[in-house]
Amino acid sequence: MIHFVLHDAKDTVAVIVVEGVKKGDSLKGWIMDEDRMIDVAARADIPIGHKIALKDMAVGDTVWKYGIDMGKVVAPIQAGEHAHVHNIKTKRW
Amino acid sequence: MSVIHKDTTFLGYRRENGRVGVRNHVIILPLDDLSNAAAEAVAHNIKGCMALTHPYGRLQFGADLDLHFRTLIGTGCNPNVAAVVVIGIEDGWTKKVVDGIATTGKPVVGFGIEGHGDHDTIMRASKAAREFVQWASEKQREACPIHELWVSTKCGESDTTSGCGANPTVGNAFDKLHPLGNYLCFGETSEITGGENIVAARCKTPEVAERFMFMFNRYQDMINRHKTTDLSESQPTKGNIAGGLTTIEEKALGNIQKIGKKCTVDGVIDKAEMPTHPGLWFMDSSSAAAEMVTLCAASGYAVHFFPTGQGNVIGNPIVPVIKICANPRTVRLMSEHIDVDSSGLLQRDITLDQAGDKLLECMLRTANGRLTAAEALGHREFVLTRLFESA
Repeated sequence: MIHFVLHDAKDTVAVIVVEGVKKGDSLKGWIMDEDRMIDVAARADIPIGHKIALKDMAVGDTVWKYGIDMGKVVAPIQAGEHAHVHNIKTKRW
Repeated sequence: MSVIHKDTTFLGYRRENGRVGVRNHVIILPLDDLSNAAAEAVAHNIKGCMALTHPYGRLQFGADLDLHFRTLIGTGCNPNVAAVVVIGIEDGWTKKVVDGIATTGKPVVGFGIEGHGDHDTIMRASKAAREFVQWASEKQREACPIHELWVSTKCGESDTTSGCGANPTVGNAFDKLHPLGNYLCFGETSEITGGENIVAARCKTPEVAERFMFMFNRYQDMINRHKTTDLSESQPTKGNIAGGLTTIEEKALGNIQKIGKKCTVDGVIDKAEMPTHPGLWFMDSSSAAAEMVTLCAASGYAVHFFPTGQGNVIGNPIVPVIKICANPRTVRLMSEHIDVDSSGLLQRDITLDQAGDKLLECMLRTANGRLTAAEALGHREFVLTRLFESA
């Protein structure tokens, strides 16, 4: 079972692709570009389609997805936490 | 070996101007809002035709008026349309739409309400519509080479599974169609924000890249002129955000997956403009789903690939809209709306090539006559793009 996917090994967030992820779950992830698996523990309940942080990030850090800059951190994030609009914002508008 | 190759054929309707359509619609096309009632009455009288009602068409001016005519004329010209009855409040502008559609050689006629009234107009238009419907009903499909199928794409109600699954499925299909010489189209200008350099780098020539950046910057300028917030309520939308998309950059990177890994961007067109040679075209366009599909249909595209995450339900009156989804929850809860389930991609049950082929098989079946979910459900959203207020 694949619990989360990411596009590029450089990505700092990944997408949960199954329902029912709960805080404390051990998750298996698939790096699509390299066809390689990694493990992460969930630090929060995360809905399907939402992102999980893959490493600790500080305010101002760039968030990487698709191997590219997808926004900036606006509240500190720990690996395994829910990464979304409460801690990440656009750099563009 | 892919499910399509250069000798693949589909069964289409060859129109008078040589273009091939995959549907055989007779449409009653109101020029303006005043003509909707008459158009609906005609469509009620004559079974087998369809009224494309809409709320606009009076006191528009400048580029907004040009776009209005281009969209209506383009819709009538689309090869999925066999014949058109145009109804307008007065004869002058009605004739402009009729003349525009007549360049294709297909049957088209117009009726102005002023000086006649609704009842007389409905009677005369119904007589014309009946003739057209009976004439169209004898049209037969013939085998046509696959490259004559024009395909557009837009994603809607996207979430993160769109960028990981449904959009790359479209990209894989586009990568297989592009070398065969099909006309392809993508757009949603504001949703490229964050990925514009990637798209510019895929442009075939510096001239194409320059025209793309012109369209992109023009749209950014418009947003910056009018915005009151960082757009985090409208772009990404609430549906996008509920589905897990966080920033416009992330949405853009997912959006861009639709152009695959190999396609070059071969040309740039403005809203509802017709492309002039085979290849992948960027059309400056709204990111609102029905607006963009309406624009693609007006540009002449015959089939539309519509990847969705949270479940966008729209269709189009004249173009079959194929819905692709890689979100297992959406596929389960909104199954009646989904044509191609590519959720297996995210569990590594199918490869990207297999997902692309699944979509291409659906495209062939749709082109040959299979109704999409949106067609079967009666989704016929016809939404005109406006540029500014009426005078």
